[in-house]
Amino acid sequence: MFEGIMTGLATAFTFTNIMMVIGGCLIGTFIGMLPGLGPMSIIAIMIPVAITIGDPSTALILLAGVYYGAVFGGSTSSILINAPGVASTVATSFDGYPLARSGQAGKALTVAAISSFAGGSIGAILLMIFAPMLASVALLFHSSEYFALMVVGLSAIAAFAGTGQVAKALLMTFLGLIMATVGEGVLFNMPRFTMGIMDLQSGFGFITLAMAMFALPEAIYLVLDPGRSKTGDGEDGGKITNLRITRQEAKSIAPVIGRQSLQGFFIGVLPGAGATIASFLGYAVERNIAPKEEQEQFGKGAIKGIAAPESANNAACTGSFVPLLTLGIPGSGTTAILLGALIALNVSPGPRLMVDEPQIFWAVIISMYLGNLVLLILNLPLIPYIAKVLAVPRNFLIPFILFFTLMGAYIGQNNATELLLLVGFGICATILRFADYPLAPLLIGFILGPLLENNFSRAMQLYDGMGFIWSRPMTLGLLIFAVILVVLPSYRARRARARAEGVADGD
Amino acid sequence: MALDRWIAFVILLVCVAYGYAAYFTMDGVLPPIMQRSPIWPSSFPKVLAVGAILFSLAIVLGLEKAPQKEDAADINLSRLGDYNVGQALLLLGLMVAYALLLRPLGFLAATFLFLFLGAFILGERRFVLMAVIAAIAAGCVWYLVDAVLGIFLSPLPGFINSLASGG
Repeated sequence: MFEGIMTGLATAFTFTNIMMVIGGCLIGTFIGMLPGLGPMSIIAIMIPVAITIGDPSTALILLAGVYYGAVFGGSTSSILINAPGVASTVATSFDGYPLARSGQAGKALTVAAISSFAGGSIGAILLMIFAPMLASVALLFHSSEYFALMVVGLSAIAAFAGTGQVAKALLMTFLGLIMATVGEGVLFNMPRFTMGIMDLQSGFGFITLAMAMFALPEAIYLVLDPGRSKTGDGEDGGKITNLRITRQEAKSIAPVIGRQSLQGFFIGVLPGAGATIASFLGYAVERNIAPKEEQEQFGKGAIKGIAAPESANNAACTGSFVPLLTLGIPGSGTTAILLGALIALNVSPGPRLMVDEPQIFWAVIISMYLGNLVLLILNLPLIPYIAKVLAVPRNFLIPFILFFTLMGAYIGQNNATELLLLVGFGICATILRFADYPLAPLLIGFILGPLLENNFSRAMQLYDGMGFIWSRPMTLGLLIFAVILVVLPSYRARRARARAEGVADGD
Repeated sequence: MALDRWIAFVILLVCVAYGYAAYFTMDGVLPPIMQRSPIWPSSFPKVLAVGAILFSLAIVLGLEKAPQKEDAADINLSRLGDYNVGQALLLLGLMVAYALLLRPLGFLAATFLFLFLGAFILGERRFVLMAVIAAIAAGCVWYLVDAVLGIFLSPLPGFINSLASGG
């Protein structure tokens, strides 16, 4: 491992890469604060930039920097104006906003920054320990196990979508997989499902799809409902004064940070759970185990209530890199986009990554420490200035958000048809969102589609048919596990409903 | 029938068409050499079509009861009239226009018009400020993408470019 760390240090500590981390964090914070552009959209916009860089390590360092920056920016806007840019920082606003309202915005931001830093750094240490272990196990896997693992990952993502939503999430996953089969794949030398349209020959662009699924619907929501964007009132944005916290306060949040970093990391590793669940769970756990008198403070501006979700969501973000870097299976929308970026850079993530290109793996880990440090010592003092962006009136902001989604799709493919696809998919995605269909499974399915088909085909070829399912116990086990994941939530919901009606279970 | 079931119904139709293509039309054009392989280009789509049809049917038939929830952050469809639907549609139309005019008008003019008209649709009336912001943004983004990133974006209208290259 020591050797790896040295490789990572040597790769990450070049002038270019350090600038990339700093630049990425700043851009991420800046854009992450704006409503409508979460980490997923920002990373998708930055991918063409990253691909032009060419060097996979540098590109990934930039994108990782943007990711942390965006998460940090999201918590800033949820503290200052109670407008979380991303779902994973909603829990931060429970206590962050009341504290900011009582004139202690600076303290709230500092607690958030320190907790994020600690959560991210502890997460990076755990990643360093667990990723190589998992990768060495994963090296034993065959294509059939990979296929099964991806099925487990996709099922877990659907299962975490919540009760009453599993069928919808699964349908979205299938739709994503179906969309991935359009165009000429690497596997077969023939175009499929292009309906004779030349522009579909190379399939749909994943950046276009990412923009259409997330950035565009959010922007349309902002237009439809002006109450959503709380920018431009300038009421609270200007008063960030004292950034210090006392020794007493530091002492009281330290154990919270420690616990939630660990818990957040392990939740982040699970596919589908991710930063949002980690932050809500972290908040709930800390409120429950706090002493009685402190419990009443939660929701009114308790610093523990900021420290818990912030350390948990950052640790979870780091944790979500474990399945991405070791198995090549993304557990969240954001890591799915990162996977798409890696594939575009000709890097195939998976257990071989650590063997074949250790510098990429370790450079990303080192850049995580660096990114967290940059956020703490550079971005935090700059927050009063960066927060000015929150005062941009929505009349100017929304056209820019729309323009950036267009640019992201256009630069990636250099093709005007892509823009029409973007608008078309964006409208579909907005309608799907109206009806409560989760969109992340669609994108994850789309990005995993080619890999899933690839491994499925290889397993079929190796065993000359579907025999691989029962002749490899591990594959069978994983597939059964996937079925249980999908069936369990609806079974439990059904039982709970039956019990509520007082007709079942004999009690 | 609620919106989500209508959507599932539309998806069901799409998936049936997809499945029809996978099961009945794709294999016919397969070269004989590939027919001996255990995996065909249509194999995986066949599996997907079955899965997608099953799940969309499950939603259409309402097999899974959705929990009743009130989410303040969501758009309430029954009050759709209260929202700025017109603005949203105009902006989407503007995006389509941008896609169609990007090549003929060139990046600079198309972007300027997009940002200017976008703000106008949203109700902004400080025309000088709008023009200045749109002009600066179009120029900066073009410079960044073309010069810094090295991705070619045709800056000027198509006919000027062809004049320049022709002359």
